[in-house]
Amino acid sequence: MRKLFLSIITTILFSTLSIAQSRSLPSVLVKTLDGGSINITEIENNGKPIVISFWATWCKPCKKELNTIAEVYEDWQDETGVKLVAISIDNSRSMGKVAPYVNASDWDYEVYIDPNGDLKRAMGISTVPHTFLLNSKKEIIWQHKGYVDGDEDELLEQIKKIAH
Amino acid sequence: MLKKITYTLILSLLTLNSFSQNNSSEIHGNFDLNMQSYQEDELIGAEAADEIILNNAYLNINYTKGDFVAGLRYESYLNALLDFDDNYKGNGIPFRYASYTIDGLEVTVGNYYEQVGSGLIFRSYENKGLGADNAMDGIRLKYSPLKGIYLKTFIGKSRTYFTYAEGIIRGADAEVNLNEALNLESKTKIIIGQGLVSRFQADINPKFKLPQNVAAYSTRLNIINGGWNYSGEYAVKLNDPVGSLTSEGNNYAKGNALMSSLTYSKRGFGIVAEMHRVDHMEFRSERAQEKQYIINYIPTLTKQHTYTLLALYPSATQTEGEFGTQIDVFYKIKKGSLLGGKYGTKLIFNFSRINALNVGSSFLNDNRKHTPMFISIKGEELYYKDINLEVYKKINKKIRATGVIAKQSYNKDVLEGKTPGTYGIVESTIAIADISYKIKKGYTVRIELQELLADGGEGSWSMGLAEYTISPHWFFAVQDMYNWGNHEISKQLHYVNINFGYLKGANRIEIGYGKKRAGIFCVGGVCKEVPSSNGFSLAISSSF
Repeated sequence: MRKLFLSIITTILFSTLSIAQSRSLPSVLVKTLDGGSINITEIENNGKPIVISFWATWCKPCKKELNTIAEVYEDWQDETGVKLVAISIDNSRSMGKVAPYVNASDWDYEVYIDPNGDLKRAMGISTVPHTFLLNSKKEIIWQHKGYVDGDEDELLEQIKKIAH
Repeated sequence: MLKKITYTLILSLLTLNSFSQNNSSEIHGNFDLNMQSYQEDELIGAEAADEIILNNAYLNINYTKGDFVAGLRYESYLNALLDFDDNYKGNGIPFRYASYTIDGLEVTVGNYYEQVGSGLIFRSYENKGLGADNAMDGIRLKYSPLKGIYLKTFIGKSRTYFTYAEGIIRGADAEVNLNEALNLESKTKIIIGQGLVSRFQADINPKFKLPQNVAAYSTRLNIINGGWNYSGEYAVKLNDPVGSLTSEGNNYAKGNALMSSLTYSKRGFGIVAEMHRVDHMEFRSERAQEKQYIINYIPTLTKQHTYTLLALYPSATQTEGEFGTQIDVFYKIKKGSLLGGKYGTKLIFNFSRINALNVGSSFLNDNRKHTPMFISIKGEELYYKDINLEVYKKINKKIRATGVIAKQSYNKDVLEGKTPGTYGIVESTIAIADISYKIKKGYTVRIELQELLADGGEGSWSMGLAEYTISPHWFFAVQDMYNWGNHEISKQLHYVNINFGYLKGANRIEIGYGKKRAGIFCVGGVCKEVPSSNGFSLAISSSF
């Protein structure tokens, strides 16, 4: 059992060692707020940075992070051209509250819902909030778990590094 | 079995790599570890563990190469934390899968998670924190022949701990987004869906003839126009007696569930009105009564609270039967107005009420037949009621404050499965203040003060929390829950917890020490009863 486990890991590692590591978005469908579906790989920002932030209507630090960024989002966009994509992991208990919450909060983000955690699992997320930064090729170059006050400053620094 | 699959996986990976493809391969995943020490504490009733420390850990690995994905999860319970079922024991790879997509067809073999509609007839999912994982093992196909048309079908067995339940589950679902499928340029968007799930289990009952195939089906509709959104789903489960040897123990009635929600929102305002009615609708992976075999999900129609004392008495759906309504209002008072101040003020109002069905849920056997009235609210037994208002305000550049007031009614007998009449309804009034103060860039102090006043249950509680965070790496927190209003003076105890953590990029480490009270903990709509405990905890979470 253990041998098998080790052998599979080694096989995987060897088979990918030769390839330059970059991390792209997994091909997973998420729901749009108007009932449609979109593959997350289709999100676009014309070669400008993209921030993907996982959140939920029941998650206090998540809402704090997104509300704090909302206050400065226009400045960030002017400065760096960044786009924020907020992905709610609310399941069918609370996903109906996502659109009214987002609208009432005056958020200008692109918002999608991942109701049964398919994208969450594919991106290796165990808790929310969890934030990713994507470069012009939509490769993940930075990530951060959790949110405490002030974390948005570090995120902005990372965005500035890749914004042209 | 596992060996074979693992070999196949290795072989397929090797073969794939020898193909010359332009897609580069990637490996990603995440690792979580939760360790806890258990010391005896007679006062709170915490028991020491024989092992002194217990440990749960998981490693997920996903391998991607173009349209091919394969992965596994290694799970380790040495031994499982006390609040987990002890059927989680030892190490294993209970989750492994391979999947590819070509020309709109997605094929998955091995383990997968799936949901039909809102989950009323089927949901397989995992919540590691609660020890819930009913992953499927089998085959799943998803196909999208045209934009706006989504078909899926699956077959498999449902996981319970480290084994699979006896029933074979088959399912199919079709969803059509009429606007996308017919290329309509209409302002009104319509999405319809139809799902069907069926379970096969041989009948070996010596006394009664039980259905070997049990079907459940659901129809759903979603209409969206501008700021309006209506969503409804109706589900039926055919008769599924538990297979008791007594006539009274077998209920041959069909089950059904209806959920309906209407939403309106615009900038600065949102409202959601919902109702649901559930009648004998628990669907299990085998003909049994235990909760760990449930394969459907009836969303709880109450707000999912996160402040500790608001969630002290949580609601849970009574799948055997209930009627509920809920209203949420979100409102942002504009900046510059009298109440809005410089930054605006946010208000969130929520009301929910759940009661029993008239004379209980549907029942049918040779001696008794009962179908409850469709709607009956007045005079029915109350299960849960919650009315709460949250106000959020940024006062100035340094101070942000949240205040919550709530009134809850909690039917302890029903919601905790106690004998009727033991505890009755716990009425509580709750107030919360949550204030954060930014000392300087990156340094923040946050204080939470919570108060719950109640006569029933464990009586009144107070809670205080102080948190100090240094962005982006450190956090420190100390909290005390004090059950000062317990009717038994010997149980008027303090539950003190100290936590600190370090975060850097994709890694997070948290160390804690303290006492946890026994109680019901609910996350994501699932609840579990946890014992009281006393000791150190270590949590590591990492993603790559």
